[in-house]
Amino acid sequence: MKTKSLLTMAGGSILKNKMRTMLTMLGIVIGVGAVIVMVAVGNGAQTQIEAQIKNLGTNLIVITPGSTAAGGASQGAQTFNRLTIADADKIKSDATLLSAVSPVIVTRTQVITGKGNWRTEINGVSTDYLTIRDWNVTSGSLFSDDDVNAKRKVAVLGATIVKNLFPDTDPVGSQIQLGHVPFTVIGVLDAKGQTSSGVDQDDVVLVPYTTAQDRLSGMTFLGQILASAQSPNDMVAAQEEIRGIMRESHGLLGGGADDFTVRDQTAIAQAATSTTSVMTGLLAAIASISLVVGGIGIMNIMLVSVTERTREIGIRMAVGARGSDVLTQFLVESVVMSLLGGVVGLAIGFGGAAILGHVMGWSTSTPLIAVFVAVGFSAAVGVFFGFYPAKKAAALDPIQALRYE
Amino acid sequence: MSTPVIEISGVKKIYRMGETEVFALRGVDLTVTAGELLAVMGSSGSGKSTLMNILGCLDIPTAGSYVLDGIRVDGMSRNDLADLRNRKLGFVFQGFNLLPRTSAVENVELPLLYDRTARWTNTRQLAAEALERVGLGARLEHQPSELSGGQQQRVAIARALVTQPTLLLADEPTGNLDSRTSIEVMALFQALNEQGITVIIVTHEPDIAQYAHRVIEVRDGRIMKDHAVAAPRSAADDVARLDAEAAELAAGVTKEAA
Ligand SMILES: Nc1ncnc2c1ncn2[C@@H]1O[C@H](COP(=O)(O)OP(=O)(O)O)[C@@H](O)[C@H]1O
Ligand SMILES: [Mg+2]
Repeated sequence: MKTKSLLTMAGGSILKNKMRTMLTMLGIVIGVGAVIVMVAVGNGAQTQIEAQIKNLGTNLIVITPGSTAAGGASQGAQTFNRLTIADADKIKSDATLLSAVSPVIVTRTQVITGKGNWRTEINGVSTDYLTIRDWNVTSGSLFSDDDVNAKRKVAVLGATIVKNLFPDTDPVGSQIQLGHVPFTVIGVLDAKGQTSSGVDQDDVVLVPYTTAQDRLSGMTFLGQILASAQSPNDMVAAQEEIRGIMRESHGLLGGGADDFTVRDQTAIAQAATSTTSVMTGLLAAIASISLVVGGIGIMNIMLVSVTERTREIGIRMAVGARGSDVLTQFLVESVVMSLLGGVVGLAIGFGGAAILGHVMGWSTSTPLIAVFVAVGFSAAVGVFFGFYPAKKAAALDPIQALRYE
Repeated sequence: MSTPVIEISGVKKIYRMGETEVFALRGVDLTVTAGELLAVMGSSGSGKSTLMNILGCLDIPTAGSYVLDGIRVDGMSRNDLADLRNRKLGFVFQGFNLLPRTSAVENVELPLLYDRTARWTNTRQLAAEALERVGLGARLEHQPSELSGGQQQRVAIARALVTQPTLLLADEPTGNLDSRTSIEVMALFQALNEQGITVIIVTHEPDIAQYAHRVIEVRDGRIMKDHAVAAPRSAADDVARLDAEAAELAAGVTKEAA
């Protein structure tokens, strides 16, 4: 039998029972729709987290003063357990698994230009800082090691500061004051937006840590030290290495608890990603249960249909239909029905995901593969659940089928 | 005209219903030559339908041999039987057996769609022509529920002859029709027979059997009588006479009224 006549035939009998077909399809529509929405939401969450990881920097390791061990309270920082430039230098010179190390001196002060003021965070850092954070300058450049050694008063501005104090001009070359100290702007940072916790990453000014220590904070202690491991595989070993160097530097080789903390933020974020991907999988799995239920609905209707149309099957056989013709006909009907449901479900799923994303403010994204999987899966449901009824129809005896009342 | 279309011998059909056995056919021998118009008569339950179903390759005999148009049928597979039904046979049932909610032309087209030899190209056109042959050229798109009994049976006959079968089998084709429509349907069978198709009609009405050229009588699963009809009636003539009588009657009524 020709494909065209098979399809018209299947389409015909599906259309003859519009209401029933629609209700049967509904199971598949809901199943596929639910899977798409779940994957879209889960996938969107994952993309968001991945973007945040990227913002954190490459293989970022953070060393902060004070212990977070037993009790969780970090009293150390306030007393004598502090991070110094010496610590940063020792890590940089001794560590073998790190590609970059930068001390970070944090202070807040007023940025003053001829046009206005802006209170912001000043970070005193080394030339490695941009590498570690995976940041770029859009205009001008970062300061050099020479600037650091010479404690020059040069600054690199974050995008938020440029937007507020230099709305229409390129600030590179202008003079600004940080507190009372005059600085020359030598670069502008790429805009990075907010972190997941809503902190504006562009509201910052970078200056050489030497200058910051000397002119701005007056502190000899560091807020933190940032480092980059050479590769993601080195992360654990690199942290151990840093810990060893720090213990030596802080005279803890004889014993005693760490008075500093070495953390790996990427690992935390990556754990979050894998949690979301497990959640996505779980949600999709729950949603696919409704797809299976939809399939059972199709099987139920096809069984009813075979019984109802026993006479029709008898007539077809009497005029020369083989068992395989009848099998194909019923199989095509169930596949067309479930495929149609799959396509409608796909549309509803995409619509639902878009609405959900809009209303809840979630980012949603559906990978193209989900579309193929959903359509393929609904066709497979049609074949799987349509096969038994179709087989039953094909095995009917022509005479008994014709006599069926 | 002596080529045998059907040759059966020793055909038995036994239905097993639990412990008991029903002997529907107890050994039937029959030869039908090409171009015959044969009537099978017998009382209800005598085995006529069982015989027809076996001849129509819809049912398989318990014992005996069957050669249809030179092809050995007994022992064939289900698929081969289906193909044989499609290529060589046309079947007309008492209950019409049309697909419901399906237009006349689609019903007639059906056997052409199941053909495996790629004989037919323009199936829809052929179906329309077959309907024209039975006088329903103006009813192509009507569904069975929109047609009278006689018209439905004509659609069924069109479906049976659309594949140009060797043999047309009709099991009580007039059983559900009034007497006038019955004669019209018989006129159609006679016309098709004159065009060369071998026709076998089951009936228990002697009135219908008198249009055949040969009548066999089945009783209790056996053929008891087999005789030629000396001068078969022409159904077309009978229809014409009925028309004339009706016209006269109508004229009489008008005269009385006047
Ligand atoms: N499927 C069946 N199962 C059991 N007995 C049957 C079946 N079909 C027919 N019979 C029996 O076979 C006999 C012949 O039936 P059938 O050929 O239909 O008679 P007819 O058509 O002459 O009225 C009857 O006694 C009937 O009860
Ligand atoms: Mg009968």
